[in-house]
Amino acid sequence: MFGFSFLTATPMGNKEIGFTLKNYRVFADQPYLLGVAWTSLSIGLWTTAISAVVGFLAALALAKATAGRVRETLLILILLPFWTNGLVRVFSWTMVIREGGFLDWMVRSVWADAPSLGFLYSQPAIVLGLVHGYLPYMVLTCYIALVSIDDAVIEAAASLGARWWTILARILIPMAMPGLVSGAVLIFVPVIGSFMEPRILGGTVGVTLGTVIEDQFTQAFNWPLGAALSFTILAVVLAVFATFSGVLRRSATI
Amino acid sequence: MRGLARVYLVVILVFLYLPIAVMITMGFNASPLYAMPFSFSTDWYSALAGNRKLLSAGWNSVFIAAIVAVIATTLGTMAAVALSRRSFRGVTLLKILLLPPIAIPWLITGTAMLVFFFWTGIGRGFHAILIGHVALAIPYVVLVVGTGLATIRVDLEEAAMSLGTPPLAAFFRVTLPLLTPSIIGAALFAFAVSLDQFVVSYFLATPGSSTLPVEIYSAIRKGFTPEINAISTILLLGSMAVILAFAIFARPGAASDRS
Repeated sequence: MFGFSFLTATPMGNKEIGFTLKNYRVFADQPYLLGVAWTSLSIGLWTTAISAVVGFLAALALAKATAGRVRETLLILILLPFWTNGLVRVFSWTMVIREGGFLDWMVRSVWADAPSLGFLYSQPAIVLGLVHGYLPYMVLTCYIALVSIDDAVIEAAASLGARWWTILARILIPMAMPGLVSGAVLIFVPVIGSFMEPRILGGTVGVTLGTVIEDQFTQAFNWPLGAALSFTILAVVLAVFATFSGVLRRSATI
Repeated sequence: MRGLARVYLVVILVFLYLPIAVMITMGFNASPLYAMPFSFSTDWYSALAGNRKLLSAGWNSVFIAAIVAVIATTLGTMAAVALSRRSFRGVTLLKILLLPPIAIPWLITGTAMLVFFFWTGIGRGFHAILIGHVALAIPYVVLVVGTGLATIRVDLEEAAMSLGTPPLAAFFRVTLPLLTPSIIGAALFAFAVSLDQFVVSYFLATPGSSTLPVEIYSAIRKGFTPEINAISTILLLGSMAVILAFAIFARPGAASDRS
């Protein structure tokens, strides 16, 4: 694949094939791709940030307010959708957030003349679908980190007069940091390479690096360009892994 | 605080299951446009029964998943035993090499496989999907079986050997039976991974060899009918059942109970 990214054309048919670096210059040659890359990046950052807040709180609730069978059941219930087909789950959101869909129907059953809240085919729709898909990663990694914190530490802090936000900011978040970071990496990495979520939930505004790569392979038949873009993403992914490898290794040994 | 936490967890569960519930419901809604006054009908399921293309894709999916489960479990179990029982140079490197398939975006894995299979002349189609899925499932098998191995005490195998059992016999008569729950769990897991795999299949599929998720994707893009809801519901409930079976067999939480 690496070799492929340097070719001038897909080696099928009788076309003359040469080696070139031009596929890696594409960001300079086609400035709109910079915008696309920015879209991908911002979708990735939003998804990761929202998942971090929502997932951390869910993990906290799970680790500190449940126990035994209830906890086991809740954990399985949270992780279960994650192991079902992502495509099907993304598709199911289209029925909820389309204009006149389930969400609108719910709102209108309370307030008949409500304006449509349908926001299918927008960036928030893409982020929503991705959060739905990857949230369980964050819940799981944060949960593992939080469960290992001894309740006595929290009680000690509380008995010394610490408010709940002090406990959260000074004890829980720092101690769960490895879980938060590995969850964030595990979410950010697949999200910047996603293409079906933007395609289905984003419609025409859902152009990301992922959908561009998909098009190069399936529609435009420009495999070398697709390969070069894939490698650009891979480079970002490896850079992310390299940056956080220390934290990731620590949380992997828990 | 405790009550608030529980309410929050319920909200999360509603968020996770709401779209799924809506989809399942719409599969029984008579309107093809998902219009909301709900009226019950099983028309879409009968339409599905007559949809050759979706059904054959569904059959492909199950068939591939079954073969993948057998091959990946065999290879993955052997790898897990080698990695955890023997120490040789490069063990750590091998363990690290198992991770990328789990961590790298599927889009990249999928396109890389497409290019590689094309380059080596393997081409696309049924066999390519099979090889691709096996490659994706092996790391998970190694992980599941490896976890199972870690809970079995090495002394049992060593005790058998010290009593004169040949190493191979000791493995088959002592370790393997103890490991069976993990192996069945791993096979179920590999089956689920293959059944739900979309991206890699998508890039490797040819018209005759496409799997269910690939067909669903192209149907969604072309403009869809609630038949898709019907088949999606079946696929969803199927993979949930497989994963629940995995949870019961492999008991991922059991490792900590025993130690």
